[in-house]
Amino acid sequence: MAAASDGTLLQGLRYKGREGQWSWLLHRVAGLGVLLFLVLHIFDIFLIGFGRTTFEELLFLYHSPLGRLFEVFLIFAVLFHAVNGLRIIILDFWPGLMEHQQRLVWVEVVVFLIIFLPVAVITLSPIFTGA
Amino acid sequence: MTMRVHVKVRRFDPDTDQSPWWSEHDLDAEPSDRVLDVLNKIKWEQDGKLAYRRSCAHGICGSDAMRINGMNYLACKVLVKDLGSNITVEPLLGLPVIKDLIVDMELFFEHYRSIMPYLVNNDPVPTKERLQSPEEHERYDDTTKCILCAACTTSCPSFWATGDYLGPSAIVQAHRFIFDSRDQAAADRLDILNQSSGVWRCRTIYNCTSACPKEIKVTKAIGEVKKALLFNRF
Ligand code: FES
Repeated sequence: MAAASDGTLLQGLRYKGREGQWSWLLHRVAGLGVLLFLVLHIFDIFLIGFGRTTFEELLFLYHSPLGRLFEVFLIFAVLFHAVNGLRIIILDFWPGLMEHQQRLVWVEVVVFLIIFLPVAVITLSPIFTGA
Repeated sequence: MTMRVHVKVRRFDPDTDQSPWWSEHDLDAEPSDRVLDVLNKIKWEQDGKLAYRRSCAHGICGSDAMRINGMNYLACKVLVKDLGSNITVEPLLGLPVIKDLIVDMELFFEHYRSIMPYLVNNDPVPTKERLQSPEEHERYDDTTKCILCAACTTSCPSFWATGDYLGPSAIVQAHRFIFDSRDQAAADRLDILNQSSGVWRCRTIYNCTSACPKEIKVTKAIGEVKKALLFNRF
């Protein structure tokens, strides 16, 4: 049996859920993003079959400003998926923490930023210093 | 102090409408009016065709759950002053619309019936009541408050994705019996909830908990059922 009508999920984007709903959505999008990168990664590793030089010549793509920006998105996705996943695991094993669940989302945001910001700066800085 | 409110209502009449549309209404309301009063006023004074369910008007029967300013509420419980002067009313998500704000609840009740929502006890019937200590009752007291309004189930993204999911309400009802010391069918209910349409579809999103008009700790109850399954303890 299917849900009521097609597009219910899309309509759901208009539902005023709280932190839990948006972190769930971001978790999904980040997960898909990581999966997409995995496909790309398998492909670029596969290029080594064409010889070391071809492979290394193509690495400039990842060092380009656009490539670095892309990497920051990747770090964002992996890190968010991981930290958010941990929050969900904690809440699932200790259902009694429910009363604090909104606060836990903000704890998660802080933990995420503490790791993400420095890594993002390190990844992006060569663009500006030209290293 | 009377206030002027602008109300938008999502309308759909399968007999005449190709697709849903919005009707808009301006009217005076008291800040202490409930959205149900506002809907009544619209129906009685402006548009007699407007269709919605209500019965008790006091948050007991669970018939008037709907989406108000984007979130599920009972129309008879939410006050105009808490919403402001712009009010948007839509039917519950994830169930087929029959007309305007009335949705077909059959799927919801089918899920409810599937978890055996009744006491199972095959011992000889005692001459007096089946005794239970206050502590034993406390274990599931919270989940006895459910009024089957469907506000939680229709706020759940997992239920929007597939109506197969039994949904928060059915799990709350199951919780009410699984943790009742007088009941003997907990294992059967846990078996049902262990299927792919059961508790594991819950992604711990908490929409259900915010939506419950009875303030049941829905996600906590679901979590307790998950743990009962995981550790085989209940
Ligand atoms: S009319 Fe009965 S719960 Fe609102």
